[in-house]
Amino acid sequence: MMPVPDLLPALPELFLAVAAMALMMIGVFRSDRTSALVSWLAVLVLVFDLVLVQRGPIARTVTFSGMFVTEHFAIFMKSLILIGSAVSIVMARQYNERNKVDRFEFPILILFATIGMMAMVSANDLISLYVGLELQSLSLYVLAAFKRDTLRSTEAGLKYFVLGALSSGMLLFGASLIYGFAGSTNFDQLATVLSTEAGLGSIGLIIGVVFLSVGIAFKCSAVPFHMWTPDVYEGAPTPVTSFFAVAPKIAALSLFLRVMIEPLGHLVHQWQQIIWFISLASMVLGAYAAINQSNIKRLMAYSSIGHVGYALIGLAAGTADGVRGVLIYLAVYLFMNLGAFSVILCMERNGESVEEINDLAGLSKTQPMTAAALAIFMFSMAGVPPLAGFVPKFIIFMAAVHAGLVWLAVLGVLASVVGCYYYIRIVKLMYFDAPAEALDPTAGGSAVRVVMAITALIILLFILIPGPLLATAEAAATSLFPG
Amino acid sequence: MSNWPLLSLVTFLPLVGGAFILFLRGDEHLVARNARWIALWTSLITFALSIPLWVGFNPKSPDFQFVEQAEWMPSLHIAYHMGIDGISLFFVLLSTLLTPICILASWEAVHNRVKEYMLAFLILETMMVGMFCALDLIVFYIFFEAVLIPMFLIIGIWGGQRRVYAAFKFFLYTFLGSVLMLLAILAIYWQLGTTDIPTAMHATLPKSLQNYLWLAFFASFAVKVPMWPVHTWLPDAHVEAPTAGSVILAGVLLKMGAYGFLRFSLPIFPDASVYFTPLIFALSVIAIIYTSLVALAQEDMKKLIAYSSVAHMGFVTIGIFTLSQQGVQGALITMISHGFVSGALFLCVGVVYDRLHTREIARYGGLAENMPNYALVFMVFMMASVGLPGTSGFVGEFLVLNGAFEANTWVGFLATTGIILGAAYMLYLYRRVIFGKITREDVRGMLDLSWREKLIFAPLLILVFWMGIYPSSFLEPMKPAVSFVIDRGRLASQPRPHLAAADAVSVADAVPVVK
Repeated sequence: MMPVPDLLPALPELFLAVAAMALMMIGVFRSDRTSALVSWLAVLVLVFDLVLVQRGPIARTVTFSGMFVTEHFAIFMKSLILIGSAVSIVMARQYNERNKVDRFEFPILILFATIGMMAMVSANDLISLYVGLELQSLSLYVLAAFKRDTLRSTEAGLKYFVLGALSSGMLLFGASLIYGFAGSTNFDQLATVLSTEAGLGSIGLIIGVVFLSVGIAFKCSAVPFHMWTPDVYEGAPTPVTSFFAVAPKIAALSLFLRVMIEPLGHLVHQWQQIIWFISLASMVLGAYAAINQSNIKRLMAYSSIGHVGYALIGLAAGTADGVRGVLIYLAVYLFMNLGAFSVILCMERNGESVEEINDLAGLSKTQPMTAAALAIFMFSMAGVPPLAGFVPKFIIFMAAVHAGLVWLAVLGVLASVVGCYYYIRIVKLMYFDAPAEALDPTAGGSAVRVVMAITALIILLFILIPGPLLATAEAAATSLFPG
Repeated sequence: MSNWPLLSLVTFLPLVGGAFILFLRGDEHLVARNARWIALWTSLITFALSIPLWVGFNPKSPDFQFVEQAEWMPSLHIAYHMGIDGISLFFVLLSTLLTPICILASWEAVHNRVKEYMLAFLILETMMVGMFCALDLIVFYIFFEAVLIPMFLIIGIWGGQRRVYAAFKFFLYTFLGSVLMLLAILAIYWQLGTTDIPTAMHATLPKSLQNYLWLAFFASFAVKVPMWPVHTWLPDAHVEAPTAGSVILAGVLLKMGAYGFLRFSLPIFPDASVYFTPLIFALSVIAIIYTSLVALAQEDMKKLIAYSSVAHMGFVTIGIFTLSQQGVQGALITMISHGFVSGALFLCVGVVYDRLHTREIARYGGLAENMPNYALVFMVFMMASVGLPGTSGFVGEFLVLNGAFEANTWVGFLATTGIILGAAYMLYLYRRVIFGKITREDVRGMLDLSWREKLIFAPLLILVFWMGIYPSSFLEPMKPAVSFVIDRGRLASQPRPHLAAADAVSVADAVPVVK
């Protein structure tokens, strides 16, 4: 008889999977108008799961025959993902109702995507990595096309699906090359093989690593694999875009971190060049391409490409300091993006959602508080102190300078000045320009407004007590490094 | 009293007032009036609280005083560390003095979004004061950069015709300079293991590294000062900013660059500072002569004064890099004096602008007839700007030129021609605006200074004469801190065999360690 694996480390994932299926049953078997109930129950499930994650083992624990690992790093990342998912469901409520896409499948799909993401974070094997990634991706494809009777949404879903399948193929190809040349799919065993001379010298292995990086870079929309991002962000329903911008990105980046640091840690000199390049390319493209955008969701897409570039500096450094920077970056990024999208969700005129940047003109006169919140998010994304966005940038650059990546840091800060231009352009529209036709003052609903207020306060006041997050991120980062 | 966290109080009190303003509700007219009064009282109390800093300051000590320290980012060994020495003391006072003056100056000139305007000024005050008090490089950087946000909004919302262009230019220019400084700060962090300023001021960084770091700091400070050729943001920002914005820009924000040179470049990178002194001298001399000539040709009053600011800041940078007691003290006096005088000159422009809504010099003329008080006030500040003995401008320029002649005769000579040019453009301006016959009816109808305007100018007048007649009250407290900076600079020109090893990082033992 096969021994039963230790289930306790995977308790949050198991609970979430069971709960998601139970909620699906509720959705299916109860008569119509269940989406509100299912949504709020899903939020409850996510919050409870957050507690479970937090109470999980802090020390490195491996289970399911080495397929699944959890440690402080995983706890940190999963917490961010759960917060992102829960807030996304809350923010989607009113939008879905108004746009007549209020179906109970929405929270269920987000729950399944979340399980996939958590599996990605905890993957300790190329196979479990792929399974988690695909569970996430398939849910996301459907979510992108959730507003199925509009052309743009279905187009976004299809585009995402085709390109996502391509990247999954590349990732799988890379994984098979690695398996072929190293003889194992398990991360721990890969690390052992790669610590030997023979393992390091293998060209086939390097090619496999390149393909694997390409696949993951695609998932976190790093340049030059970013092409799908603006179209999907623009086409997908806004709450879905806001979900895309946070949780899957965090999951993909944490996967990137784990794969590069744990099994491929000995190849750091090989992959460092790759990461160096995609990091720089993402920062530069994110900054320049955003300048001419007129749709705010497209702008946020380029902004997120740029942010991934900055976060990847930390990975390029390849040190615990760098990883700590990435973790702090993602935590702050989560709140900045949720906040910014909460404002975008409030952009309605005569009951219709609007997405043009010019629609924000003069917002400071008609809705001073919303304008102030968006200004806070924009200055924060530009990395202007004393707002929260400055802290992770500074810690990332700190790691880069320490790791000797001075040129990457110099080019990165220069790109941030270019990027600053389009962020403050939004502030200019809201504060300096004459009002456009006023936006609906009560659009978005109270839940979204509450999210906006809380995130704005977090971003504004974070600088006063950055200590706890820094300490947690440091502990999480060191847990990723052996010894 | 001595146990009070006085510096933090002075720094953050304006934010408390700002919080009150933020929660004002109701009728727009009423909100505007309350916002004005809250802002005025907050800034006055802040100023009152900053007076004990001067009174309680020990002028004999080169150490930092009123020091406060608290944990902030313990895992990075970055602490909230505040304190002032003889160099920063007067800049704190300058900031707290100019803020209530600015608020009074905008009393009637600003009608539009008064609540946000007052809020922006109070936030700006916190950032300025915090920047001068910060004793940690990261804390300094945060305040230094945070100044940009309120100033960007002040120029962009309440500015003139081309305010959007000016606001963007101001923001992006200064942001570009500062981010390079951030990288240099991080490099210092990895070299010394701390971003504590007093520690860094006593440490010795490897010479090869110093040059790069110096250049990175230079990128930031040169834009702020501003030095030729990166001064072009200044005329735009000044012309488009509202009067009070120009006053703060000229009075305090321009000092941030020169303060940075004194606080960081000289003590932390003494070797590099000596190495780059010719560069600074060359740029400063060009700035003095070139911008003075440009000022001579201006048709716009604010633009003329803006260019004259660039020329004056040229004197300041020369003075700082002479590395002599007279030169550096002269630079400091010039900075403080320029804070009063250029601020007052912008207020003078604001007075006539409020009445006629134009800054074109040719539109005025003959104001001496119907505005005698205004003509008198304008004359005093004009003379102080030219450097007439008995006014604050003279003391600073004299000391700077003294130091410059000692360091390099040619620099001294060329800088002196700048004084002649300065007299030329200021007197030319004064003649065109104040003297002559009134030819236009609307100019004839202009009223003389109101009681509010007199109240604004009174403290500045007193200070201009005080500094001109009895400069010791200002020179004495800054002396020990200045000697420390100069000693650090002199250290560079002496051979230091024990530092021969390329990457040796050590703390010079000869210098007493500041707590």
